[in-house]
Amino acid sequence: MEAIQEVLTETKPTETIVEVSGSVALLEALIVEGVDTIFGYPGGAIMPIYDALFDYNDKLNHILVRHEQGGIHAGQGYARTSGKVGVVFATSGPGATNLVTGLADAQIDSTPLVCITGQVFAHLLGTDAFQETDVINITTPVTKWNYQVTDANEIPEVIAKAFYIAKSGRPGPVLIDITKNAQIQLFNYKGYTPCNHIRSYRPKPIVRPQYIQEAAALINQAKKPFILFGQGVILGSAEQEFKTFVEKSGIPAAWTVLGAGAIPTDHPLNVGMLGMHGNYGPNVLTNECDVLIAIGMRFDDRVTGRLDKYAKQAKVVHLDIDPAEIDKNVKSTVPVWGDCKETLPLLTALVDEKQHTEWLAKFNDYTRQEVEQVIEKELNPTTAEMTMGEVIKQLNEITKGEAVIVTDVGQHQMVACRYAQFNNTRSNVTSGGLGTMGFALPAAIGAKFGAQDRTVVAIIGDGGFQMTCQELGTIMQSGIDVKIIILNNRFLGMVRQWQELFNSRRYSFVDIQSPDFVALAAAYRIPGKVIDDRKDLPSALNEMLSNKGSFLLEVMVTKENNVFPMVPQGCSVSEIRLK
Amino acid sequence: MTQDTEKQEFNITVYTENQIGLLNRIAIIFTRRKINIDSLNTSPSEIESIHRFNIVITESEDVVRKLTRQIEKQVEVLKCYYHTNEDVIWQEMALYKVSTDVIAEKVSVERLLRENGARAVVIRKDYTVFETTGHREETDNLISILQPYGLIEFVRSARVAIIKDSDGFNRKLREFERLEPGEDVIENEYLNQGQKVFTM
Ligand SMILES: Cc1ncc(C[n+]2csc(CCOP(=O)(O)OP(=O)(O)O)c2C)c(N)n1
Repeated sequence: MEAIQEVLTETKPTETIVEVSGSVALLEALIVEGVDTIFGYPGGAIMPIYDALFDYNDKLNHILVRHEQGGIHAGQGYARTSGKVGVVFATSGPGATNLVTGLADAQIDSTPLVCITGQVFAHLLGTDAFQETDVINITTPVTKWNYQVTDANEIPEVIAKAFYIAKSGRPGPVLIDITKNAQIQLFNYKGYTPCNHIRSYRPKPIVRPQYIQEAAALINQAKKPFILFGQGVILGSAEQEFKTFVEKSGIPAAWTVLGAGAIPTDHPLNVGMLGMHGNYGPNVLTNECDVLIAIGMRFDDRVTGRLDKYAKQAKVVHLDIDPAEIDKNVKSTVPVWGDCKETLPLLTALVDEKQHTEWLAKFNDYTRQEVEQVIEKELNPTTAEMTMGEVIKQLNEITKGEAVIVTDVGQHQMVACRYAQFNNTRSNVTSGGLGTMGFALPAAIGAKFGAQDRTVVAIIGDGGFQMTCQELGTIMQSGIDVKIIILNNRFLGMVRQWQELFNSRRYSFVDIQSPDFVALAAAYRIPGKVIDDRKDLPSALNEMLSNKGSFLLEVMVTKENNVFPMVPQGCSVSEIRLK
Repeated sequence: MTQDTEKQEFNITVYTENQIGLLNRIAIIFTRRKINIDSLNTSPSEIESIHRFNIVITESEDVVRKLTRQIEKQVEVLKCYYHTNEDVIWQEMALYKVSTDVIAEKVSVERLLRENGARAVVIRKDYTVFETTGHREETDNLISILQPYGLIEFVRSARVAIIKDSDGFNRKLREFERLEPGEDVIENEYLNQGQKVFTM
């Protein structure tokens, strides 16, 4: 076996031809692609792969999750912190359909994943065989690419393509469905060649120097230029290039939820968060700037509000790797197609070194107003009950902005994104585009595997936690160290906020009861604590963070608190409300 | 701006790898936006292993431009173009089956063929099949002529279109330049149709 394995792990095609099964060829491919961790759940249709995996225990760490949705969110968390491709296994039928939410989430958040699903024997396809589902058709709209393998001979090439497509250009999820016969089938394996070219696939558009020049000219003439940055900066590993650009041009920069952390939160030119629950200044001043420089962001409606009232006065420079994003929502004056790792240095070279002191001061003026009316109350409350914001503030103080913060979806997510401090990139893991409740707990597990030497803190609502809390079992079994904070407001808070503001307080089915979370964690041998008094907060957080291994901290917070500022439904970003 | 937002027929040409499932991937791009495909033709192109789709939809240029970018984004799509009817030469083919007895007895078949640019594809004792090629009005015209004589069956193909101003795909294959950007900052009417931008 060992001798064969040596031949197999050769990256280049070898003269030696060995006969292996499709399953072995798959695992060999994963090793060459640098995979170390797989999140998965077995079943009949993927048994041959799991059987082969038994012999690869020393090279491939398989994490048995408690639900395939947990598996794929873990894969996403892993990919987001490590910058590598997340790998997920699931069986056919129900196993595969349980991946759909995660695929949609990864697709909209551009997360590189390779999911392998088992499928019934090829001769049974289309016969409604046991656990047969048309996985390819179900997943087509939510994958960057998918493919069904029915013959083991295809496996090396298809897996190579899968990894190349998942991680190149604008990353995304890829699903490979492998029929059981192909997993078992023996074939002549000639080694594995990673893929770096597909005729019909252009991961990066050609960079046009003319547009770089036009963009630089616009920026140099601008009196009130404004940068909006998104996850593209992080996905392109262009954080340094971005920082250099911001610092040389002296332009204030605001981030989308997924762009958080691309430059440190306390960078003097970082003026805050954009969008619906973003900061006051960046939203209002979007409708005042003269040149808007959008970098690796896609003008999501949560960022723009009403498009017909969005930055109409501004000339728009849009840097993006995906040509389909340019002019999709906001028409650009100068489109800069390309990988921002390549385009930003070209642009930096042409922009003037400047300081926009007066313009920057305007952001600070708005910040002062926001601090007075919103932030102070949230972070230093005088009420008896605790706020979500003060929990995040305390957490910042203890972790000093070094932790990876994984959030679920709801009010706590917006509060965490607004107030968490990020000194490093790849520190904010959240479901941005799809807004998937139940994301955080499994994603935090994956995030920890992707960044094992960092502290990973999951911040989750009482509602969302109950969607995937069975993943406590995964934590127990894998022994992974994840800190869990449940911000319990005894409501499906975000929906309640909308009902309060827009449905005249008709609280229809948002009053959610919870189990004893600490006892639940204890059942999984995870220590925990619940607090409802502010004076216990620092010590409880310290206890959680210094605990060796996972810990669950439930913090009882104000029942009816709202996340402000807010751009209400149908409003323009400059109509953002402070209360 | 009206030019960009006014609906008209567009001919979308897509060059793709010959791959299972791709038709579905492309179709989804339309159905997702609730856009009806008026006509769809797919066949091998002049280049080995590359297929060509001709898709006709009625939409505004603004929407069509976005659709083509989404199509081109698909891994197996090599290139996607869109053109108005003025920019292409297009044809549809139609087959008409009629009873040989009736047609031979009641009309001058020769004249019918000549006047309609049609030809007989099959002549059997029991039925005859005519074929004609042209724009919709032309193929429709022959239906109305044959209808009184007991048209038994009719079928029309999807549209095929040749781009007038084209250097051929072979050259374009190497050219992956993007569309020129718009000069002015304009609002996007299509996406703004709903006032409720934020939805839960
Ligand atoms: C899977 C899923 N179902 C429903 C929703 C709609 N939704 C968005 S926020 C929210 C409330 C979340 O409540 P909770 O987890 O308690 O967090 P909170 O808002 O109170 O912080 C709901 C139901 C969603 N985003 N995802």
